[in-house]
Amino acid sequence: MNPELQGRIFPPTAPYLVGREKVREFARAVFATNPINLDPEAARAAGHADVVAPPTFAVVVQELTLAQLLSEPDAGIDFSRVVHGDQRFSYSRPIVAGDELIATLTVASVKTLGPHAMVTAESQITDATGEHVVTAISTLVVRGDE
Amino acid sequence: MPANNQPAFADLSVGDVIAERSFALSRDSLVRYAGASGDFNPIHYRDDVAASVGLPGVLAHGMLTMGLAVQPVVDWAGDPARVVDYQVKFTRPVPVDPASGAEVSVLAKVGALEPESSVARIDLTVTFDGATVLGKAQVRVSLATAAG
Repeated sequence: MNPELQGRIFPPTAPYLVGREKVREFARAVFATNPINLDPEAARAAGHADVVAPPTFAVVVQELTLAQLLSEPDAGIDFSRVVHGDQRFSYSRPIVAGDELIATLTVASVKTLGPHAMVTAESQITDATGEHVVTAISTLVVRGDE
Repeated sequence: MPANNQPAFADLSVGDVIAERSFALSRDSLVRYAGASGDFNPIHYRDDVAASVGLPGVLAHGMLTMGLAVQPVVDWAGDPARVVDYQVKFTRPVPVDPASGAEVSVLAKVGALEPESSVARIDLTVTFDGATVLGKAQVRVSLATAAG
């Protein structure tokens, strides 16, 4: 992997419109049962504008930035050797259906560990007003030849 | 925001078990998650591809395991919006048998309490086949009551 990736900031992704049915589909896929994830009436009764996305939904938007990283011509990342090492989401506010989200990726660090390389990718996700919603951080391990 | 179903921060002690739940994963679950998340890596649905890269079988998406493991905490907290931070390390894969699937168990305990912000850190123990599959699985839940 190219060590010069460290510190690189990628262009913001195209706006992602969070659909109500997408939130419900994702919620069902992660076995969510809370009505605030599924039922707009329950969400409104709890003070939200629409259904609230499950805590890991931000990965759908973050994925757009990871695709930028993996396809960066000089990155030298072989996708078939990539393993997900760890993941974190830090929220300023929940994602709600109707949000229009933009993600900006920064390569926080690139390290080598023997034959392997580790890249930490930090995606800042903001809403249509530019306010911070969530930061999604992934560490990807690129396995080298043993 | 009304504080419906919200656990009282003052009632919590470090070590309390706040939720426990098992999830029966099948290949159907993996296909459903692939579609919902957009992660179509074939190691999550094709045995031949999984075998060709040396895996013990088709694996659950790590993000599916992460996504379901927090659900007992969401139900306890009463509102998914109260989860303000969630992190895991992926330490062991979860192979999903085509016939019998895989059972993933989640035990959620209070790991730490931050009285100044009314945030409870909930630590998850997530196991498959008797071994933990996620490391440092921590959920920070805000139990502050809105003013006014």
